[in-house]
Amino acid sequence: MILAEAANLHTFVDAFRFIGDNPGFLATKAWQQLELSGAALGIGLGVALPFGIVLGHLHRGSGIAIGSSIVGRALPSLVLIAAFLTVLGIGFVNNMVALAVLASGPILTNSFDAVNRVEADVVEAARGMGMTGVQILRRVELPLALPLLFTGIRIAAVTVVATAPIAAIAGGGGLGDIIVNQASYRLAGVLGASLCVMILSAAVFVALVGLQAALTPTGVRRTRVGEAPTGKEPQ
Amino acid sequence: MRTAAGPIVIPNFGKGNACVTGNHAFCWGWVRQHWGDTLQPALVQHVELTAIAVGIGFTLAFALALVAHRYGRIEHPINIVSALLYTIPSLALFQLLIPFTGLTETTIEIALVSYTLVILFPNVVAGLRSAPEDVLEAARGMGLTRRQILLRVELPLAIPAIVGGLRIAVVSTISIATVAAFLGDYGLGDPIFRALDDPTPFKTEIYSAGALAVALALVCDAGLVLLRRVLAPWAGRRLA
Repeated sequence: MILAEAANLHTFVDAFRFIGDNPGFLATKAWQQLELSGAALGIGLGVALPFGIVLGHLHRGSGIAIGSSIVGRALPSLVLIAAFLTVLGIGFVNNMVALAVLASGPILTNSFDAVNRVEADVVEAARGMGMTGVQILRRVELPLALPLLFTGIRIAAVTVVATAPIAAIAGGGGLGDIIVNQASYRLAGVLGASLCVMILSAAVFVALVGLQAALTPTGVRRTRVGEAPTGKEPQ
Repeated sequence: MRTAAGPIVIPNFGKGNACVTGNHAFCWGWVRQHWGDTLQPALVQHVELTAIAVGIGFTLAFALALVAHRYGRIEHPINIVSALLYTIPSLALFQLLIPFTGLTETTIEIALVSYTLVILFPNVVAGLRSAPEDVLEAARGMGLTRRQILLRVELPLAIPAIVGGLRIAVVSTISIATVAAFLGDYGLGDPIFRALDDPTPFKTEIYSAGALAVALALVCDAGLVLLRRVLAPWAGRRLA
């Protein structure tokens, strides 16, 4: 629970002053948050990505993919972190696991969908050319699935980085440490750290959009990357 | 045992529940006992927070989408703004609003409405655009005015996309609203934050409030799927 503190627009000036006065401290906290997010995303990728790709390749288990997206959305991050805290205790591991679960939903759903919806004709043609299942997956399905697959990874990454401040309530460290500790850092510090979190997640978003554009094969570059994934056709 | 002043009286605090004092995995007794004073009010508040946020967010998103559909140009900028807005962590957004609106329900609602707006606007626009060109051509050929085409052709065809957006918006709002308890005693996040304040968090409180939040989200999601089946029976039986 945070303290009521008289606040006005000057608090924002103080918040920027806080950032200016403590660049090293904030950078350390931001790095902690990136480490936690990276570890969680790594686990999520390691578990959910192969699973989704294989299911998509086999065109099986759409129920699992759809179900995991529904349940994944329905699980509030706070509930996940609090629930894992009771099992794994306060600290890095608990938050890493909770955030990894959070990341797995969009990764699994999008990787399944991306590979599953590769046009059957193209796969048929590849098979006719004598490609094996693994070759079809590596040379045909994955390149074509890349944009949508990466969208899932981007959603997961931004979700994890943006959720990581909540981890501070369970000893996860990072910029959230400042946000949940208004008693020590005053509202100015809390706002300063909040601004840093916004900049951090926006930077991750922009970096991943750039990476996605760079990784997408030229022939597949039909859709504009960076748009909200609404299944909308390019204009 | 007796002392000079008489027998030692040990105050009776009632029968200590072994499950609660031992912080076992889950105590149904505690849930029954505190349903009325903790869980139910929190659930009702949570539903209120979500309903207000989705109601306002949907109205705004719908109005903006109609403007975007009519005049086109504002769509791409709004999409970029909304994608960036969604990267703002809820905890940070709540804090950033405090200097303007204080520690109030208004602060919570402004944040929640922003998130629903960000989700709903692209979906409504995509839905309005989803009418095939030959269908529009046929409507024009039948002499329908622009307004009639919107009301009788484009809007009905947009229902699946709009309901799809609503599903994500409602479920996300329920999820984000748990964090709102950080600002005050609102919603299902409140029992969880209170349990976390303890050095040894009371498991039953976390699990029961968490389960209620997840159940609320799943029930709303299923309800919206049903709504889509009623409003747009042609839209296929896919769940997601």
